[in-house]
Amino acid sequence: MTETTQPQAWRTQRSADSQLKRNWAKLRRNKAALFGGILILIYFITALLAPVIFPGSPSAPNLMRSLERPSFANPLGTDELGRTILGRIIYGSRVSLLIAIGVVFVGLLVGLPLGLISGYYGGKVDFGIQRVTDTMLAFPGFLLALALVAVLGVGLKNTIISVGISMVPIYIRLVRGCTLSVREQTYVEAARAVGTRDRIILLRHILPNVMAPVTIQTSLGMGTAILFAAGLGFLGLGVQPPTPEWGAMLGSGRAYLFNSPHVATFPGIAIFLAVLGFNLAGDGLRDVLDPRFRL
Amino acid sequence: MKQESLLSVINLRTRFHIYEGMVTAVDGINLDVYRGETLGVVGESGCGKSVTALSILRLLATPPAEIQGMILFEDVNLLELNLDEIRRIRGNAISMIFQEPMTSLNPVLTIGEQISEAIRLHQGVDRQEAWSKAVEMLQMVQIPSPEMRAHEYPHQLSGGMRQRAMIAMALSCHPRLLLADEPTTALDVTIQAQIVDLMERLKEEFDTSIVLITHNLGLIAEMAKRVLVMYMGKVVEEAPVEDLFQEPLHPYTQGLLESIPWIGKKLKTGRRQLQEIPGIVPSLLEMPEGCRFHPRCSRVMSICSKEEPPLVQKDGRWVLCWLWK
Repeated sequence: MTETTQPQAWRTQRSADSQLKRNWAKLRRNKAALFGGILILIYFITALLAPVIFPGSPSAPNLMRSLERPSFANPLGTDELGRTILGRIIYGSRVSLLIAIGVVFVGLLVGLPLGLISGYYGGKVDFGIQRVTDTMLAFPGFLLALALVAVLGVGLKNTIISVGISMVPIYIRLVRGCTLSVREQTYVEAARAVGTRDRIILLRHILPNVMAPVTIQTSLGMGTAILFAAGLGFLGLGVQPPTPEWGAMLGSGRAYLFNSPHVATFPGIAIFLAVLGFNLAGDGLRDVLDPRFRL
Repeated sequence: MKQESLLSVINLRTRFHIYEGMVTAVDGINLDVYRGETLGVVGESGCGKSVTALSILRLLATPPAEIQGMILFEDVNLLELNLDEIRRIRGNAISMIFQEPMTSLNPVLTIGEQISEAIRLHQGVDRQEAWSKAVEMLQMVQIPSPEMRAHEYPHQLSGGMRQRAMIAMALSCHPRLLLADEPTTALDVTIQAQIVDLMERLKEEFDTSIVLITHNLGLIAEMAKRVLVMYMGKVVEEAPVEDLFQEPLHPYTQGLLESIPWIGKKLKTGRRQLQEIPGIVPSLLEMPEGCRFHPRCSRVMSICSKEEPPLVQKDGRWVLCWLWK
């Protein structure tokens, strides 16, 4: 018996591997997605290794060197308080990454269970959740985040919470839609036919099957979160100075746009590249994970 | 000889509230399943076969569905049980096999996980023991190298293998009753034969009664002892299988049997086409007056369109038709 089981084990392993390999090959063929992935990778490395890449404080002012143009010593120039912009962008990546992850976490934490419940149980529960979702979706996302900041106040934590909540309805809708279609699958009926409890059906049978679109939305959502947080920062309603935050940097650079355009330009480029990276990667993931394109 | 009845369905009526009104999918059917027997249920698509099975396990969402009547399983009315009690019966005392082996297994769970889930649910054993029981079941349904197959995902198995896995899951808790809803329809003929053999063998082994739902009369002839013929939510004929094939009483059953192509069988004179039952099944929303089959019936009488036919007993068989009154 043992002789025959060996090659079987090998074969199972191989076919699981080949699925991964196929997805990886598909992702690699997709040049845009690859570019997006590289951008995200650079972004993550920068955020994680910020103190290594840029020793010293990004917030220590040096008024003697304020508004210097890009030079060899300060590749991206300095801002109005003489802080090097490169350093602030590097440290700003930590803040924006924290916000991106936090926002998506809040969105998933609230949106995923509500979407599952709404889609699976239907009826009155669904009606209730969906009308609340409708109300939230009636506001443009950024306006909703802005209104929430007005209620909660400024700061890193509140930025995460308010932008996160503004994304909740998107997750609810997405997860509900997927749940509705998965719920009708025969394997869910079969699970009920062997007496499985609703909770286990939701967690073991439905949740894993809605994860593909949720993963894509998470990648796209991180891009949007960075943009929203930067928007709040730009308006002075996000993370407060002296914490280096891209949106706030952009906002304070606005005053010097004519004489020292580099102050606003480089944070803007940083925001642009980070959002671009998440969007391209999200599109790439969609192409790979979308069952309609699967062979 | 009076056999012991395992399942008695009495005057079961399943209706659905839909936008256009009320649809009666199953209209007052009665059936008995005895211990250890296979009951065949035949009929065209949409005649209420599957709804009957789903009603028995209460798998229909209510609303929109509405189930009335009595479903006595071992003298307990399943319709009166609460959700927890019916859950304990599902998969344990009564289980079900579905038509589509391609979609009735969850693509993200391994075969072993899915089978052991059912075992753990009802037998209160730990994960490891459930797993080894699952492997045992896979062996029983003749899946080669079951230890390894248990680790595989549904997409790595062929259709026939998946249906075997489905059967293993359904029988894993040794149910007293198996509802097989078109278990071989999606499989090709040689695999069908294997699955039929397998079900016959396991039926003996576990002493399980089977309700075999199908539109395949060949399968009925092979497996069932008694047959119910359904048409538009009603049982129109009930007979032992030999009698039914030898001398169908209801014109609908006669039509069904005549529609089977036999190699070498002479077609009716002048016809070079397959026999068929003329017309189509009417919409359940526009139920014909009187006998539901009368617009398509070859032996229609004037009374048929006016009054519902009575249930007539003839030589120990039942038929719902004016012809035998």
